[in-house]
Amino acid sequence: MQITSPTFKANSRHALDDKQLQRALGNVRGGFIEKRAKAAANLPEFEALRDNARDIKNHTLAHLDHYLEIYEKAVIASGGVVHWAETAADARGIILDICRKAGARTVTKGKSMITEEIGLNEFLEHSGIEPVETDLGEYIIQLRGEHPSHIIAPAVHVNKDQVEADFRRVHTHLPPGRDLSEPESLLGEARRVLRSKYFAADVGITGANFLVAETGSSIIVTNEGNGDLTQTLGKVHVVVASIEKVVPTLDDVSQILRVLARSATGQEMSVYTTLSTGPKRAKDPDGPAEYHVVLLDNGRTAMLGTEFQDMLRCIRCGACMNHCPVYHSVGGHAYGWVYPGPMGAVLTPSLIGVDKGGHLPNASTFCGRCESVCPMRIPLPKMMRHWREREFERGLNPATQRFGLKGWAFFAKRPRLYQFAAAMGIPLLSLLGGAKKRFSSLPLAGGWTKYRDLPAPESRTFMQQWAQREALKQEARS
Amino acid sequence: MSARDAILGRVRNKMGGNDDARAKAVADRLKAHPQGVIPARASLPPKEKLALFIRKAEEVQASVVQVKGPADVAKAVAAYLREKNLPSSIRMGADKRFADMGFDKQKALEVKTGASDGDDLAGLSHALGGIAETGTLLLTSGPDNPTTLNFLPEYHIVVIEAGDVDGTMEEAFGRLRKASKAKGIARAVNLVTGPSRSGDIEQKIILGAHGPKSLHVIVVGKI
Repeated sequence: MQITSPTFKANSRHALDDKQLQRALGNVRGGFIEKRAKAAANLPEFEALRDNARDIKNHTLAHLDHYLEIYEKAVIASGGVVHWAETAADARGIILDICRKAGARTVTKGKSMITEEIGLNEFLEHSGIEPVETDLGEYIIQLRGEHPSHIIAPAVHVNKDQVEADFRRVHTHLPPGRDLSEPESLLGEARRVLRSKYFAADVGITGANFLVAETGSSIIVTNEGNGDLTQTLGKVHVVVASIEKVVPTLDDVSQILRVLARSATGQEMSVYTTLSTGPKRAKDPDGPAEYHVVLLDNGRTAMLGTEFQDMLRCIRCGACMNHCPVYHSVGGHAYGWVYPGPMGAVLTPSLIGVDKGGHLPNASTFCGRCESVCPMRIPLPKMMRHWREREFERGLNPATQRFGLKGWAFFAKRPRLYQFAAAMGIPLLSLLGGAKKRFSSLPLAGGWTKYRDLPAPESRTFMQQWAQREALKQEARS
Repeated sequence: MSARDAILGRVRNKMGGNDDARAKAVADRLKAHPQGVIPARASLPPKEKLALFIRKAEEVQASVVQVKGPADVAKAVAAYLREKNLPSSIRMGADKRFADMGFDKQKALEVKTGASDGDDLAGLSHALGGIAETGTLLLTSGPDNPTTLNFLPEYHIVVIEAGDVDGTMEEAFGRLRKASKAKGIARAVNLVTGPSRSGDIEQKIILGAHGPKSLHVIVVGKI
């Protein structure tokens, strides 16, 4: 897909003016937060589980080479094939090869962010193979020629009436007078249309939430059942997963599953958690004849041993974006690549480079909500700060910003001068703010005041107020 | 160098050092498979555990009935199909446990066996286990219980013995490990928690997305 992360600012302006998008984003601000909070509150062990989930992943990453080898051995023992891919292009090549050998004309797909990351759909189309997304949200955006705007709710930016229009545009074989006014009727139509696709597909491609070293299983966690139909009905099942998806045992999976669904949708368990191990056995009446796993690095090993290693604990629940005020305002597409929200702001520069993704770690108020809800306790704001530092070190941010930061640093390093300057400036600004105590425009602050007022400061500086408070306390004590 | 060696080499380079100790830590964990934090809610005496399983399954929109013994299962299946105004027809696998469940006595009930072709309205499976903690069923694939029965029919009926309901996911996986000892783990292990659903259109939850829109659980026997 085309990377538009470098124009994040323009993307955001566009998103803020998009009325349909702003209406749809109301659904994010509403449901997700409340549902997660309720699910977490209903499990007294939730916080302890988060600690343990973090520790499990840390242990796994520290021994990743061993776990990958053991996992690979177990897959082979169950009759599956493991392919290793260093880059997105390598992974695409391997998958195409499998599809060609199977004589595939169409492939069905379960919902998978990793296949978005490697740009699989466009590639397959160019190679003459039709990819069919079967998750309802993914199906909707595929019809619209779009990419997911959320990692677990890919069509969260689309409203019901838009879906209706898309279905009428594409499903021309169905009676034009049919009623599609309710989500139920839209879902029913998608279900019927996609049913025939599962049976017609030669290859089913899914991602994986976990790879289990103990058993050699890939696990998908879903609610609709489309992923299961995809991996059961195709003649060949291809699992695409990045290397950090491996976990040691089924007991470890249990621990992480307890925080995954609760953090994502507020469910205690998603409807379907499926372990797939190898191809169909000799006497099995159903299941794929071939089972392949494509293990992808694509930048993960480069994150190991760096300040970004913690990001590899991410289980893609989406809680960080569900709670992010920036995501709430601009949605997922503004981030300009595959992964939006706080996890995207950290991961995108790691995977496509800080020169292209450098705006994203700046798109944060550092309010810290993302870290406070992350089931894997990933220190997202801290890592965004690391990216800001790297961006500054490499001179990638604009001259005015660098000049401003340097100017601020000049004063910040000289506390007396800083206090003096602030003591002069603050009362002046306070005075200029007038009775409303707000600025609707201010030199050098146009970026802020274009969309909202800037509150005028109180008449005294923080340091002055603090000193006075302390003095009063002292007085009260004595 | 192969991609495999390059990737593993890079990991080793970053995370390596004293590889024997690291290999041992991994072997130990796989052998001991330590349990982590276990929710207290599922540590219950058998009767309460079963009650929790039923309550949790109903919370996620599954329906549950209890029958006295295996011989009553076919009757319960026929009754459910009638209640839902469905044709008296059911598709099921070759599970031997179904043989004692009275299907020969339900003359009006058509019994089809094998994998689903997508045209069946109702499918019947036998669960290996259940998880009280979340009202989850654990089903394993094979000739006994084809995976397609879990997903293609609109109505999915699952039989589970009352004594096979465990408290936690870890216990259910323990049961799976035991069942997998002889022939290895089943190709597909399905943990099913309620009927299929989607919230992809304006985050409104609708049942029956691609899988069954109804999940009916028949619990066999008392504790």
